[in-house]
Amino acid sequence: MPETDTTLGGARRLPWRTAEVRDVIDETPRVRSLYLSVPGWPSHRSGQHLDVRLTAEDGYQAQRSYSIASAPEAPQLALTVEVIDDGELSPYLAREVRAGDRFEVRGPIGGYFVWTAALGGPLFLIAGGSGIAPLMAMLRHRAAVASHVPALLIYSSRTFADIIYRQELDQLAAASGGPRVVHTLTRQQPPGWTGAARRIDRDMLAEAGIAARAQPRVFVCGPTSLVEETTQSLLALGHDANLIKTERFGPTGALK
Amino acid sequence: MQDPPIARGFRGRRPPAANDRIPPGQHLTSDFPVLSAGPTPTPRLESWSLALQHGGALLGKWTWREFEGLPQTRVKVDIHCVTTWSKLDTNWQGVTVDTLLQAAGLSEPPQPYLMVHSDGAYTTNLPVEDLLKGKAMIATHYEGKPLSPEHGGPARLLIPHLYFWKSAKWVRRLRFMPHNEPGFWESLGYHLYGDPWREQRYAGD
Repeated sequence: MPETDTTLGGARRLPWRTAEVRDVIDETPRVRSLYLSVPGWPSHRSGQHLDVRLTAEDGYQAQRSYSIASAPEAPQLALTVEVIDDGELSPYLAREVRAGDRFEVRGPIGGYFVWTAALGGPLFLIAGGSGIAPLMAMLRHRAAVASHVPALLIYSSRTFADIIYRQELDQLAAASGGPRVVHTLTRQQPPGWTGAARRIDRDMLAEAGIAARAQPRVFVCGPTSLVEETTQSLLALGHDANLIKTERFGPTGALK
Repeated sequence: MQDPPIARGFRGRRPPAANDRIPPGQHLTSDFPVLSAGPTPTPRLESWSLALQHGGALLGKWTWREFEGLPQTRVKVDIHCVTTWSKLDTNWQGVTVDTLLQAAGLSEPPQPYLMVHSDGAYTTNLPVEDLLKGKAMIATHYEGKPLSPEHGGPARLLIPHLYFWKSAKWVRRLRFMPHNEPGFWESLGYHLYGDPWREQRYAGD
């Protein structure tokens, strides 16, 4: 029987660390950012995630993965959590948690859906809903290190009120050398809205996106349907599959 | 080891009864979430093939039609994703790895490890032992229907006793190896083996 070599590479176990909630920011009616202080946190790269473990008074535990929304350079670790109605952890994290509360985190995890300024660009980010979180870590990192890599975010939200980080995105976009930010609102638009008002489609990617010939590094994060449709459109527009990295979340609905 | 901090006011959603089919740190889902690192490939069946490779030698190669003609096996199994969801009683149909080796005329595997190669450059490593005696198949059907592209169709590996990233989607080539080497996620911090019952999520677990 072959030996199951679980020590190849000599990796040390990622420990659970205690996180203390320092601040809580309501981003939208359904989304909240938690700012955490985590003693011993080994830093991360933008795009990575971590596991959160909650322990109830009787010892019951539950854990889930969340993207890290803060830049590695930021003093606190930020998570941005959307309430999933029948979820187990998200209603607690996005509704109940307040400053001073403590729980455990383990990470950083994942080394593929990652961008650092040293990788260069152009940087082409496509987000749906709370899929913005790991992409925001990239934009925050880009700003923190004053990177001049050209960057574009195409961000699909249901309504104006559902846009996460709206003010910060406005500020980033207005800054000298800031990213271009293109919003689309799929369900409802405020009076006077001049932006896009439909799901991200091939035409939108062709008109507003970074052209395939510029060989952008593309990161797509959002619900499965958005990721599937968007990546197929990008391939049709000539983007290199090896430069497209994806994170999907949410159910797929009925299996075909 | 310190006791973990209590998350004030957290109750959680306990399973209705203790379930010895759910590994530690997992929870039940009725959905079938999709997790992939890149775009979903959509190979044409006319040009699809599955290859079995040993060093530079080809031990076997099947077109889609030939592969579909191999003896079929149906299984009902529980699956466990490293992102903490588990799904019970999933029904699959395909060709077991035992059948595949037989079809290639192999009485026993030539080397103890296997690298699985997929469309889209995804790879995952496995001890061959874990693939034999009905423990793994190349699956082409899920719940009686052809496997959809986002779930790995036309054909994916199914090795339910390990975390589900080991059940590589869009499988195209199985390559024997003399030594264990890390695949895609195994090179990026995930566990080399991935036993959910020992909670081997990340390197060092």
